[in-house]
Amino acid sequence: MKILVAVKRAVDYNVKVRVKADYSGVETANVKMSMNPFDEIAVEEAIRLQEAGKVREIVAVSIGVSACQETLRTALAMGADRGILVEENEIELQPLAVAKILKSIVEREQPNLVILGKQSIDDDANQTGQMLAALLSWPQGTFASKVELGDYSVNVTREIDGGLETLTLNLPAVITTDLRLNEPRFVKLPNIMKAKKKVLEILKSTDLGVDITPRLMTLKVQEPPKRQAGIKVDTVAALVDKLHREAQVI
Amino acid sequence: MSILVIAEHDNIALKVETLNTITAAEQIGHDITVLVAGQGCYAVGESVLKIGSVSRVLVADAPHYARQLAENVSALILNIASDYTHILAPATANGKNILPRVAAMLDVAQISDIMRVESADTFVRPIYAGNVLATVKSKDPIKIITVRCTAFSAATIEGGLGSIESIIPVADLGISNFFSQQLTKSDRPELTAARVVVSGGRGMGKGENFKLLEDVADKLGAAIGASRAAVDAGFAPNDYQVGQTGKVVAPELYIAVGISGAIQHLAGMKDSKVIGAINNDEEAPIFQVADYGLVADLFVAMPELAKELDNLASR
Repeated sequence: MKILVAVKRAVDYNVKVRVKADYSGVETANVKMSMNPFDEIAVEEAIRLQEAGKVREIVAVSIGVSACQETLRTALAMGADRGILVEENEIELQPLAVAKILKSIVEREQPNLVILGKQSIDDDANQTGQMLAALLSWPQGTFASKVELGDYSVNVTREIDGGLETLTLNLPAVITTDLRLNEPRFVKLPNIMKAKKKVLEILKSTDLGVDITPRLMTLKVQEPPKRQAGIKVDTVAALVDKLHREAQVI
Repeated sequence: MSILVIAEHDNIALKVETLNTITAAEQIGHDITVLVAGQGCYAVGESVLKIGSVSRVLVADAPHYARQLAENVSALILNIASDYTHILAPATANGKNILPRVAAMLDVAQISDIMRVESADTFVRPIYAGNVLATVKSKDPIKIITVRCTAFSAATIEGGLGSIESIIPVADLGISNFFSQQLTKSDRPELTAARVVVSGGRGMGKGENFKLLEDVADKLGAAIGASRAAVDAGFAPNDYQVGQTGKVVAPELYIAVGISGAIQHLAGMKDSKVIGAINNDEEAPIFQVADYGLVADLFVAMPELAKELDNLASR
């Protein structure tokens, strides 16, 4: 079996983002970037399935600026077998465009399973996996916390409101990862060296003949109104009193 | 302007998230249709009919809609989509699962998690865990939108004069099947609908200590939440998680216990009306957003809080 994993380069989890002075976007120059955490979980899951002997090859795909090569190298160092970068340095890539590009890569690579993060922590859209599944007419298992891969189907346990649900999906299928699916491994130095020798193919988005025109125009971005810090109370009794008399919420 | 709202329900009752979504629809336009797709869900459709702003209810009743499978429900929506300028669903697990499929099949963008309606084509939505708000304008002929329910009040259930009709289901695609479910059993209100939420973080130390939160929650009729750290540590199930990657809540009162207040957690609760925090670290960032902070050992403070609430009740 063959798995395709999609990995996105995003502003690092620990960075406190700042809005640009002209409100046109978020400051990304000289900001630490890393692999979207949910995509790390996707790579890890693919590797675990391979380690369990069910998967022959893992292909990692990233779409975006040239520097996404670093993100792909991380995926390769974790254990993916080969990488594909679909390079696009000019146009802002929105989820529908990314899904269309991934679809054309899927048609080329013919994987049995595509695994991606449920959302990226920059635009928080939570769309790409579902859109890809729709464009391919494949079933989807979103927000996965457990994956059991069979020969012709896959059981995906999903995080839903109020608990968990398990679906049986025909293969090929798309899975998007939630936090509890696994804990991604740390990359070891020898593996980073080895990853440098793995194949990383670079395609231009224009080579794929896909319409990637942005559909949403960002008019402005701004910080939300700041919540004012309140007061500190000294005792539990004082806390209850404030909540009762002043805030009147209990 | 012709708006379709996808109802959130469990085949028996309508979920409040539908009412929040209808309020967002009211801010876009006046011609509102609600789709209830499920199994044996006609009564749910009738309850939607009571909402004053709803002019039409469509009920699609079939076994393969019982579990809201994205493949089947999105195919159904696609079948009627051309009648509408806007299709809205609550940004719940179901809404987030189904609507992007519809958008892709219509070759349009989705606008996720809107918090404000600026006009029929312009919306405000959170990015970067709510640390930034983006105002976005859609150029697509059909706007596909998920709604952040805490940002819109519930539509009022009165004065309904609309009509209800059944629509023909689309055949089961048969590519996905429901296998099983495990719901967290609780007599407490749902996290996203509760008036009061009591949440625990890493400071709780272990899962058994959530009992301390339960004792207080019982007295307040509160739901129980948790930070990602507490969920990752196995103290609480994932559906308790409040934050960027969990649920977004905005109750009247949010009490954060042993939660330091990472930005990812604040993203899920900072729109609460009143925030109380109990933490032994006076430098914890949670105190920067809390209306009432108590620097204390939670293992001492929580039993005391339970006792004080009893005193309050008997006063």
